[in-house]
Amino acid sequence: MKRSGIGKARLLQGNEACVRGALYAGVEFFAGYPITPSTEVAEAMARELPRNGGKFIQMEDEIASIAAVIGASNAGCKAMTATSGPGYSLMQENIGYAYMTETPCVIINVQRGGPSTGLPTKIAQSDTMQARWGTHGDYTAIAVAPSTVKECFEETVRAFNLSERFRTPVTVLSDEVLGHMREMMVIPEKGELEVTERHKPDVPHEWYKHFEISPSFVSPMASFGEGYRYNVTGLTHDEDGFPTANPIEIKNKMEKLRFKIERFADEIHKIRMDMMDDAHFTVVSYGSVSRAARQAVTMARERRIKVGAIQLRTIWPFPDMKLREMFAGVRKVIVAELNMGQLVNEIKRVAPRHTEVFSLARYDGEVMTPHQILEKIREVIK
Amino acid sequence: MMEKIAHGSDVTHHYLRPKKKFPNVWCAGCGNGIVMGALIRSIDRLDLDKDNVAVVSGIGCSSRMPVYLDFNTLHTTHGRALAFATGVKIAKPNLTVIVITGDGDALAIGGNHFIHTCRRNINITTILIDNRIYGMTGGQFAPTTPGGSFATTAPYGNYEKQFDVVKLAIGAGASYVARGTVYHVQQLEKLIEAGIKKKGFSVVDVVSNCHTYYGRFNKEGDAVEMLSWMKKHAMPIEAVRKIPPEKMKGKFVTGLIHEHDATEFTHEYQMMVDRLAQKEAEK
Repeated sequence: MKRSGIGKARLLQGNEACVRGALYAGVEFFAGYPITPSTEVAEAMARELPRNGGKFIQMEDEIASIAAVIGASNAGCKAMTATSGPGYSLMQENIGYAYMTETPCVIINVQRGGPSTGLPTKIAQSDTMQARWGTHGDYTAIAVAPSTVKECFEETVRAFNLSERFRTPVTVLSDEVLGHMREMMVIPEKGELEVTERHKPDVPHEWYKHFEISPSFVSPMASFGEGYRYNVTGLTHDEDGFPTANPIEIKNKMEKLRFKIERFADEIHKIRMDMMDDAHFTVVSYGSVSRAARQAVTMARERRIKVGAIQLRTIWPFPDMKLREMFAGVRKVIVAELNMGQLVNEIKRVAPRHTEVFSLARYDGEVMTPHQILEKIREVIK
Repeated sequence: MMEKIAHGSDVTHHYLRPKKKFPNVWCAGCGNGIVMGALIRSIDRLDLDKDNVAVVSGIGCSSRMPVYLDFNTLHTTHGRALAFATGVKIAKPNLTVIVITGDGDALAIGGNHFIHTCRRNINITTILIDNRIYGMTGGQFAPTTPGGSFATTAPYGNYEKQFDVVKLAIGAGASYVARGTVYHVQQLEKLIEAGIKKKGFSVVDVVSNCHTYYGRFNKEGDAVEMLSWMKKHAMPIEAVRKIPPEKMKGKFVTGLIHEHDATEFTHEYQMMVDRLAQKEAEK
């Protein structure tokens, strides 16, 4: 990697940090379509990939972008795209194709306000649920979320690792403020962060099953041009990748899509806790809201309120058990988010009976402020 | 004679997947099988390594073809085959990438990808099997259905106009545009072969028959009758150039209709990469 500024502190934009993270993880292919507020990702990729041995293409729309990404991944590349709400909606059918065909790929979604064209230049966390349920059918999604520029880098690396490890698309849920803000960060040295490579088959060609149902759940993946000559289809298929109508094969496939991820959920979950040791109250959030939550909690502590902050760095699969444990001593939970209340329903679902859940929803295109959260804390502890 | 037939069958079987794939999903008499045979024979003549051929398709009757073929095969979503294929080709330019698509797949839902892939002139060969109707969903009109024709969604006759695939591809920048039919199989083989050889985006529009829907709704008869219609109405481009346009009424042109040399996408990209590397080295 050239000109990466490894080891030196540098001022980076969140969107640029995603690109740096992708290069660190070994991205080889990017296809995208311009959309505010994610465009800087495509621009930086257009600059960096040709001089780092990678491939860049600007496609005719978002549907084509994710299609090209999936094609390139099947040809052996670590591949990604970047978009925002409307583009993410357009991509959904092909993201479903990636789930079904177990094709690794990364989608950076720099969230903005919706529905429809909504608020292109304003912040929102409107795709929290779209990242889980965006495409039709049953599947288990993975979505990770940074709250700082440094975390934009780290979560993009992690998204690639999870994607290659589990042969599945992974969404990075960034947002407009995070994407455009600048912070100092030191690019990690090579080897400092783990980088996962795709698990390749080691069997003779005629023994290879592209969608093998194995004890380890995730099957090794050969690429086009390596002599395995497998079939890939979005139709429900057998282990060899051929369309099936056999109820047992259909059931096995569906369960594989779920359990290959859910069985290993502990490896995927990542939660940051601040001042939670003795907390009776807690603020749960993700993304740039977590920055305000941390400050609000510090301010509340100065007022001797026993409140802590929980930041979800993995949104999907949802960390049910972990949160349930964390809520053991917690009486009241505030879920702060930039939408009309998407995450809050998940928290209500997992909260133990003794824990009351309150929603702090902001959906006017503005950032969540620490004061707003502090005010809510003071309101609910009364 | 018998020997030759046996040999032909060996060639075909060498490129087909033996287990579980047959019988195929197509109606008896469908043109898709004829195109598949022609594609196999042209690949065989070009002596391509099976490991280095990728066949990509969308959704529809014709798009089921890759499942039967013993190559690297990608059966994608409706209309998006060319976008997927573009990703495959850019990622691994040494692969021969062939797209199998239908008229609905390529020109309606996939129309945008079709014109942009023509524009990029990326080295992909597209075989567009044009049966003038949506077969898999049961006979709805397509962007290629002639005005006045009947379809389940045009029960009183089609009041829309049809695309001219050849003009569309030429206008959008494809460097090789040909048309064949499932009746003129030897010509079709040659057109596909030359299309694969061409460095750039190639479109082979194949006039095919859907007797099950189009033929039945429009009283064009069974598969044999529809094939003889092709025989009677196809005009080789060489002949067309010699006759006055009014004699073309009711006929359609076949053969290599357009070819030009233009820089190819993956080649251009590599040139840029090399230029950047050279600049870097000079620093």
